Amino acid sequence: MLRFVLRRLLQMVLAFFGTTLIVYALMFAGQGDPIQALAGERPVTAAQRAYLTQKYHLDATGVGGFLYRYFDYLKNLLQGDLGQSLTGRSIGDILVAAWPVTVKLALIAMAVTVLIGVTAGVIAGIRRASIFDNSTLVLTLLVLGIPTIVLAPLAQYFLGVRWQLFPPTAGAQPDLYALLLPGIVLGSLSLATALRLTRTSVAENLRADYVRTARSKGLVKRRIVGVHVLRNSLIPVVTFLGVELGNLMSGAIITEGVFNIPGVGFNLFRGIRTEDGPLVVGIVSVLVVVYLISNLVVDVLYAVLDPRIRYE
Amino acid sequence: MTHAAVRPTPASPTPPGGHLLEVRDLHIEFRTGEGVAKVINGVSYHLDAGETLAVLGESGSGKSVTAQAIMGILDTPPAVIRSGEIRYQGRDLLTLPEEQRRQVRGKEIAIIFQDALSALNPTFPVGWQIGETLRQREGMSRADARARVVELMDLVRIPGAAGRLGDYPHQFSGGMRQRVMIAMALAMNPKVLIADEPTTALDVTVQAQIMDLLADLRRDLDMAMILITHDLGVVAGVADRIAVMYAGRIVEHADVRSLYRAPAHPYTKGLLESIPRLDVRGQALSTIRGLPPNLMRIPSGCPFHPRCPYAQQVCVDVVPHDLVLDDGRTSACHFAQEVRDDSAR
Repeated sequence: MLRFVLRRLLQMVLAFFGTTLIVYALMFAGQGDPIQALAGERPVTAAQRAYLTQKYHLDATGVGGFLYRYFDYLKNLLQGDLGQSLTGRSIGDILVAAWPVTVKLALIAMAVTVLIGVTAGVIAGIRRASIFDNSTLVLTLLVLGIPTIVLAPLAQYFLGVRWQLFPPTAGAQPDLYALLLPGIVLGSLSLATALRLTRTSVAENLRADYVRTARSKGLVKRRIVGVHVLRNSLIPVVTFLGVELGNLMSGAIITEGVFNIPGVGFNLFRGIRTEDGPLVVGIVSVLVVVYLISNLVVDVLYAVLDPRIRYE
Repeated sequence: MTHAAVRPTPASPTPPGGHLLEVRDLHIEFRTGEGVAKVINGVSYHLDAGETLAVLGESGSGKSVTAQAIMGILDTPPAVIRSGEIRYQGRDLLTLPEEQRRQVRGKEIAIIFQDALSALNPTFPVGWQIGETLRQREGMSRADARARVVELMDLVRIPGAAGRLGDYPHQFSGGMRQRVMIAMALAMNPKVLIADEPTTALDVTVQAQIMDLLADLRRDLDMAMILITHDLGVVAGVADRIAVMYAGRIVEHADVRSLYRAPAHPYTKGLLESIPRLDVRGQALSTIRGLPPNLMRIPSGCPFHPRCPYAQQVCVDVVPHDLVLDDGRTSACHFAQEVRDDSAR
C-alpha cells in the first residue's frame, strides 16, 4: 500500500507538470499582445512596453521563449507564489477568499447527494419495480437530462424570485442559507447519479449468494440488508462520491455564475472571459492538485473498503 | 405389472411417532415471464435423528429447491409453494409465521452451499461471519463468541484457527473456505445439516477430505444430514438412504446397499451404469440418452419415458405411483420389479 501511494505521488508530479504546461500553453498561445491585454483599453508607452517585455521575458520568442516563461512561472509556483492577476490582485489572495465559499457549496451539494440520493437509492434497490423505484427513475432521468445551465436559472426563478423561498442570489459574503439553493441545484446532478448507482448496486447485491447464506443463518432482514448488503453495495457509491467531491471542490462555473457566488468557479470564469492568463493558469494549477489528491484518496479508500483490492 | 410383491401406494407411509424432518407431497412452481416451470411435483421424504439421507439427481431435478424450501429461503416470487407440508419435530414449517420460521433457520436446521466463495460475504473477516449468529442470536459477548469461533474452526480442522480469524474469504483455499462455511453452519448446534452439493466446486482430493469431515461431524455432533449431490461416488460411503430425484419427483428411494446392488428405477440404473469403471477395460461408457426434461413442458405419464429403455405405452399414459417393493424400498416405475431383477443379475 505504501509503495502504491508513493508511486502514485510520483505520477502526480508528472501529471501536475503536464497539465500546467498544457493550460499555460493554451492560455498564452492564442493571445495576441499580452502587454496590451494587461493594459486593457489604455495606451501603452514605449518605456512601459520595454519594462514589461523585460520583466516577463517577452523578448524571447518561439518555443524556446515559451518554455523559458513557463519555467519562470513554475519556479514561482513551486515557491508558493501564484503571481498576480492582470488586475494586479494576488492570485493567492483571490483563492483564499474564494475557496471557503466553494467548499461550503460543495459540502451542501454532497450532503444533499448522500442524504437524499443514497437513501433513496437504497430504498429503490430494495423495492425494485415498485412505484417508488419507477418514480425515482423518471425523476433522475429528468434531472440528468436537464443541463445545469437550464436547471439553475429555473430554480432561481421559481424558488428564489416567484415563491421567494430562498435568496435568489448569494452576494459577496454568502451565509449558509443563501448557499442552500445553489447547493441543492449543484448536488442534484450527483444526486441523480448516486441514486442510480446505489439502486443498481443494492439490487445486484440482494441477489448475491452471500445474502442467501445470511438468510439461512436466521438473521433478521434489517441486519441482512443493513449490514451485509449495504457494506458491499456502498463500495462503488463511496468511490463515486469521493471523485464527485473532488469535482465539486474545484468549483462550479455555471452554478456559481447564475447565483452570483464569489467562489472558485466564478473567478475562473471571470478569468477566462477577461483573458486573464495568470489568473486562469493559477486557479487551474491549484485545481489540478486538488483533483489529483482527491483521486488518490479515493483509490486508497477503495482498498480500505474492499478487502479484495490489494495494491502492489 | 401385477406382481404379487408389488402393491401400489398413493402416498408414502408415515410411521407413528413422527420423523425429525418430513417433507410431504411438496409442489413448487416458478412463475417467470416465459411461463410456469413445475420444479417440484409431489416430493416426499423424511429424515430421522442421526441418519444421513442422500438426495441424488442431475441439475434441475429440484433437489436444491426442496432444500431451500425446507430452509425457508426460496425467493417468492418467482417461486410459489403450491401445496405440501414440511414438518420439523411435528410442526409444519410452511404455516409458521416468519418470525418463528427464522428461529428455526440456522439454529435447528442449517445449510451449507456449493460455492463457498460466493456464499461467504467478501467484505467481512471469516471469524466475524462464523461468530455473527452467536453474537446476534445467542447474545454472546465478543470474547465468548471469539473463543467459540476458534473452537468451531478447530472442529472443522482449519489449521492455525486463532490466527486466521481476521482473514477474509478470498484469502482461503477452496477446501478451507468450505470448512469455514461448515463451521458457520455448526455455530448454533443445529440438529439437521443440509449439505447442498458441498464438494462440487472442489478438487477430487479435497472432496474426499470434506466428505470425511462431514461424516465425522455428523457422527460426533449427533446430527441428521441431508446430502444433496449429483455424484453417486460421493454418496456411497456416507449416506444411509438415498432418494433419487428426476423432474421434481422422487423416482426411487432405498437404503444405500440395496440401491447400489440392484437399482429398481431405470433412471437410477442408468446413472449407476454411467459411472466410469476402472476394473473393466475397453468398454464404451454407457450414458442416459436424451436430455433432462424442460420443466415448463414435462412429458406426460412418467416424465422419464422419452429417455427410458423400458418405456411402453403405459409409461406415456399413466403417471407411475411409488411402488413399494418387497424389501421396503420404493420406485416410481411401472416396471420396478423387472428393472430390479435385471439389475440384480
